Amino acid sequence: MRNRRQFLLDVARGAAVLGAGSILPARALGAGPAHPSIDGLVDGANGSAVLEALPGKRPLIKRSFRPPNYETPVEYFAEQFTPNDAFFVRWHLSNIQEVAAASWKLELGGEAVERPFAVTLADLQKDFEQVEVAALCLCSGNRRGLSSPHVAGVQWAHGAMGNARWKGVRLKDVLAKAGVKKEALEVVLGGADAPASPSTPGFVKSIPAWKALDENTLLAWEMNGAPLPHWNGAPVRLVVPGWTATYWMKQITSVQVVAQPYKGFWMNPAYRIPKGKFPLVDRFVSQETEANTPITEMVVNSLIVSPRPGQKVRRGAPVEVKGIAWDGGYGIQTVEVSTDGGRSWRPAELAQDHGRFSWRQWKHAFKPDKAGAVTVLAKATNKLGSSQAFDLVFNPAGYHNNVVQQAVIQVG
Amino acid sequence: MKPTIAYAAAALAALLALAPAVTPADEDQVELEAGPGKELVEASCIMCHSLDYIQMNSPIFDRKGWEGSVTKMIKVMGAPIPPEQAKEIVDYLDANYARK
Repeated sequence: MRNRRQFLLDVARGAAVLGAGSILPARALGAGPAHPSIDGLVDGANGSAVLEALPGKRPLIKRSFRPPNYETPVEYFAEQFTPNDAFFVRWHLSNIQEVAAASWKLELGGEAVERPFAVTLADLQKDFEQVEVAALCLCSGNRRGLSSPHVAGVQWAHGAMGNARWKGVRLKDVLAKAGVKKEALEVVLGGADAPASPSTPGFVKSIPAWKALDENTLLAWEMNGAPLPHWNGAPVRLVVPGWTATYWMKQITSVQVVAQPYKGFWMNPAYRIPKGKFPLVDRFVSQETEANTPITEMVVNSLIVSPRPGQKVRRGAPVEVKGIAWDGGYGIQTVEVSTDGGRSWRPAELAQDHGRFSWRQWKHAFKPDKAGAVTVLAKATNKLGSSQAFDLVFNPAGYHNNVVQQAVIQVG
Repeated sequence: MKPTIAYAAAALAALLALAPAVTPADEDQVELEAGPGKELVEASCIMCHSLDYIQMNSPIFDRKGWEGSVTKMIKVMGAPIPPEQAKEIVDYLDANYARK
């Protein structure tokens, strides 16, 4: 007798194959290669990670198969804009349908609009001004796997993020057609995905009305000049520059303007940070409690893309330290690099500015003059004067990990 | 077949027949540790997510942590797991995937 799990999987596959519109991967058999272990992750996270390609994607680091959660290998972050087919994938629920652009429709309504209406993609493209913004899309839980002590959840290392040029229309322009009433408090966002079981809470989020009406908040159908990949929310997703990706609703189908705080699992208790622990400006007042608040904007942070930890370099030959830095949309002021384990710091050279919501590339060259291990660190500071942490600001969900990264390289 | 497993299979088949889901590749390469309760754990968890969630989150929880996680799956995420089976699931997770 075949084992029962195999039976269940066969049932799942069979049902999926029968269903029109479902996507089955081209390759259904065979394990992907293991991904090299990442320091700081628990053994189970390293042991279960494989390099695996979803349909239309390059091999990414698989964290979970279903729902699909795949992170981008750090090497791709050498590029200013993350290739669409290497962009990370993050879903909460397993029932994910492909939504055709031609049949997609967005319902706008709620008690705090005058004139509810529905809009197609053709309408969006025809009736509203098209704009493009370069912005970092970063999962709230990026680097959760590096939390100390470890906390449960998807054990992301560094790659649950990507920088892209997003093209679409301003949500505020579309909402203006519906007529937003004075009492508008929050805007509730729903997508086409659904839970595997009807008793699981659907993935619904809200943002403050003021953030929905921000000129940078977009309904986007394109990233980096191409239609959104299915796995990144085709045909249309919300883009909320400066804020973590939990609000960037993929396959968005519903926008409801409401006068009361939206209550749902994915707003509370999920996606909460303790109050007062992080140097943040944007508040989500209608959702705050005594103890905690929804996560909002990203904290200032950076990543060394090269050299990678353990890399060997030659004594006396120049080493170019390169990386990226970002924050919640105030702009990067400086990136400092240390090549002596944090004793002294030198300013890195900042590359072209692609706007305050994009990450900023930087580089710094140095010549190691002694053989042995060299610890390279990078620390970003934003235009508000906020810098990265040296000690983790621990929180139960492992959010906002902006501890200064270090790469120990070998000079030979 | 144990009733729960039959129920789980039927429930999964029904759910997926109603709403065909995308089934990402190679989920069947996930192999949990052998031990008492393994089949129950597989049948209970696989309805909503792949079993690599268990491996990935190990070792993080102690027994109490796994109890909390299983309770959350039942009470918050709506997993149709009869309460009397929760203990057997926790026993397995504690024996194979807990922080000691």
